[in-house]
Amino acid sequence: MTLDLPFVFMVLMGLAILAYVILDGFDLGVGILLPLAARPDQDMMVASIGPFWDANETWLVLGVGILLVAFPIAHGIILSSLYLPVALMLIALILRGVAFEFRMKATGWHQVLWNRLFFVGSLGAAIAQGIMLAGVVTGFASGPGYALFGLLVGLGLAGAYALLGATWLVIKTEGDLHGRALRWSKAAVVFAAAGVALISLTTPLVNAGVMAKWFTWPRIAWLAPLPIATAAALAGIWIAAARLQAGRSRREWVPFVLSVWVFVFAFAGLAYSLYPYLVLDRVTIWQAAAAEGSLRFVLVGTAIVLPMVIGYTVFSYRVFWGKARELTYGE
Amino acid sequence: MLDPILLARAQFGLNIAFHILFPTITISLAWVLVYLRLREARTGAAWVGEAYALWVKIFALSFALGVVSGITMSFQFGTNWPGFMDRAGNIAGPLLGYEVLTAFFLEAAFLGIMLFGRDRVPGWVHTLSTVLVAVGTTASAFWILALNSWMQTPQGHAMIDGRLYAEDWWAIIFNPSFPYRLAHMMLASGLTTAFLVAGISAFQLLRDRGYEPARRMFRVGVAAGAVLAPLQILAGDLHGLNTLEHQPAKIAAMEGVWHTERGAPLLLFAVPNEAERRNDYAIAIPKGASLVLTHDPDGEVRGLNEFLGVHPPVAPVFFAFRVMVGIGMLMLALAWLGVWELWRRGEAPRRMLHAFAGMAFSGWIATLAGWMVTEIGRQPYLVYGLITTAETASSVPGPHIALTLTAYAIVYVALMISYMVVITQLARKMAGHGSVPPALGQFGATNAPGVAS
Ligand code: HDD
Ligand code: HEM
Ligand code: HEM
Repeated sequence: MTLDLPFVFMVLMGLAILAYVILDGFDLGVGILLPLAARPDQDMMVASIGPFWDANETWLVLGVGILLVAFPIAHGIILSSLYLPVALMLIALILRGVAFEFRMKATGWHQVLWNRLFFVGSLGAAIAQGIMLAGVVTGFASGPGYALFGLLVGLGLAGAYALLGATWLVIKTEGDLHGRALRWSKAAVVFAAAGVALISLTTPLVNAGVMAKWFTWPRIAWLAPLPIATAAALAGIWIAAARLQAGRSRREWVPFVLSVWVFVFAFAGLAYSLYPYLVLDRVTIWQAAAAEGSLRFVLVGTAIVLPMVIGYTVFSYRVFWGKARELTYGE
Repeated sequence: MLDPILLARAQFGLNIAFHILFPTITISLAWVLVYLRLREARTGAAWVGEAYALWVKIFALSFALGVVSGITMSFQFGTNWPGFMDRAGNIAGPLLGYEVLTAFFLEAAFLGIMLFGRDRVPGWVHTLSTVLVAVGTTASAFWILALNSWMQTPQGHAMIDGRLYAEDWWAIIFNPSFPYRLAHMMLASGLTTAFLVAGISAFQLLRDRGYEPARRMFRVGVAAGAVLAPLQILAGDLHGLNTLEHQPAKIAAMEGVWHTERGAPLLLFAVPNEAERRNDYAIAIPKGASLVLTHDPDGEVRGLNEFLGVHPPVAPVFFAFRVMVGIGMLMLALAWLGVWELWRRGEAPRRMLHAFAGMAFSGWIATLAGWMVTEIGRQPYLVYGLITTAETASSVPGPHIALTLTAYAIVYVALMISYMVVITQLARKMAGHGSVPPALGQFGATNAPGVAS
């Protein structure tokens, strides 16, 4: 039996990107919410993501890594087309990543400055990723209309990340901050819903091929559960948060898990729209694929190493299970 | 005016130069932390805990800067050199992929436990996490240097229709210059860290001669420097002989040899004049270059004129090489003097402490100079002899690159200043509490919010 290697790598890349969006999504979301909290609460919020952010961002490196390994030709086209938003995202991620460390060591106005940069970096990265996503679904079209669309998607994605962040804080915090996190969750659901709706409606409108993939009989019947499930999950988050607020439920993880499902459903819809293109209507996964020998060489390593990676990632989350505590280097 | 190729090169050069500063520290500092953890487990001495408290903070800060600038690097292959990935992606891709899989995840996942998990896991799990982070940084250097060395001395590939295909992965990874480059880079990391540890400790001792953690760490740094410096000089010499075999034009530029000659002199100083193709203001040791390179005073050294049109710009390679070797010699002299003083008197005189404090970041300069020799010396090729740099440049418009280049430059300069200020502040804050007798242990005292800052 021969493996369809480009297909296998497309799946792997998709999973890496999905893992990135969910994992770094919650820590970027916490950064976006930071200015809404009081000073001592801010420390606790950052403490809830401190041990994870680096590993979370590594999924982004794996995502571009696979794009580069498996689809070198598309890698060049995509990253040159997205040159400016990518640069914006990188600078934002730089600021946010170093702010983690600097804000712990600084005092006085320095600390205020690093807290601001932490927020600016988190929001900037989210918006830049939204602009990149908008570029991918429109096949890198340019013009003022597309720029506005990019910005809207950026804000929608920032809202969706804030949702992940807020529901994460619901799990990881107690007391006053916990109450705030519930309120933030309910507000962020609205932004996230708007973002999902915007992408889902625009993608078919600007692309006839995508339109045909969704809105022809009998496909539409097969696909209907996807948007319905997404809407249900969004509504479910609001209800679960309200029940927790009213003290009628103790299951603090429900809003976060439902938020993750929203991302999974939205991602599945996007993947279906784009497949088999890497550059919409121009380059398919087979046209862009690297040489078979190279793919095979990497696949062997991936098959061995990826389960180990997942294993110790889970282990590290287990170590920091439960409510967040103040971060110290344990001296 | 805004030549995109030149700008893309400047941008890539700026980013990798900023990035490499931090791996150079973290690769070896991780092992220093492992040493301190093991030592603490064995002796429980109070100074170990306090030294760990300082160096783990410096490590965390360096690591964060390394990670964020590294993420930038992984995008810049695509944004700046799409042609490179198009033509050499079959080889570069898998090597970078293995780096992510085997190194980055390992480092990143265990970093959290290493930094913040000390009161959440048993001691041995914490020590093991520290070891795994150290292994990860070393593995990362292995893969990226395999790729870089392959770009210098490519083998194990086939060129079909302008694209490179892998034929023998073993040959690609263990290409001729790889063992030398790996050894030289690991030693560079060790030396940089040794001088950083000695330098920061000297800085603390200048404020408080009795501060026990700094006295101990100063000894560690000086001893490591004294052992590593001669090894580095030896490794550098062997590296140069290897380069002579595979990239003679680079060696000719390093030595400033224009005409092929027997008994070529070793230039201590000169100003290469590329327009006239000769050296001005030369101070030389007769027959030195032939002796060093061929181990025969009358050996033949091939000159730049044999490589007209395909040799690198001479002056930057020539000067960078002298900066690196100069610092290497200085390191050797200072580290051995330091050992001598410590052995004779048990402590270093003030003047020597000043010298070490001044050399705290000298490893960075030597490392950057070394990479300049290597990378500029490879020009005009990107993959030596196979692909030229100009062939692979991006189609991104010049003004876009200029804009982002400016933004990166501003961010990096600001971060660099913050980094150095924070490190010295941390060191100062800790030494400020040195009046407490070391035997009492100062765990509580070091956590007090610093007034100094
Ligand atoms: C000799 C060592 C060395 C060299 C030449 C490079 N790196 Fe590096 N890199 C490391 C050694 C390292 C490291 C030691 O593994 C890092 C630095 C931060 C940290 O301290 O880990 C790291 C981090 C790091 C990260 C973040 C990993 C994470 O999320 O944990 C990325 C994506 C890269 N690097 C990518 C690159 C690329 C694309 C390079 C070449 C152009 C490069 N590095 C040169
Ligand atoms: C780690 C320390 C390194 C430093 C300081 C460094 C420095 C530089 C500099 C200054 C240039 C510009 C040369 C010129 O244009 O004249 C350059 C180019 C380049 N280097 Fe490196 N480099 C490093 C490592 C690497 C590694 C590990 C790789 C690949 C695995 C790499 C790949 C490249 C590429 C693709 C270019 C662009 C093409 C070129 O201008 O030659 N470099 N580097
Ligand atoms: C004093 C004697 C030294 C000699 C003879 C020497 C020799 C060399 C040579 C010949 C190269 C270029 C190899 C090539 O591209 O083909 C090189 C590169 C380099 N050197 Fe040195 N070196 C010395 C000291 C140092 C010191 C003290 C450091 C840093 C602490 C250092 C760090 C580097 C680095 C990072 C590179 C680039 C990576 C590589 O190509 O290995 N060197 N060295």
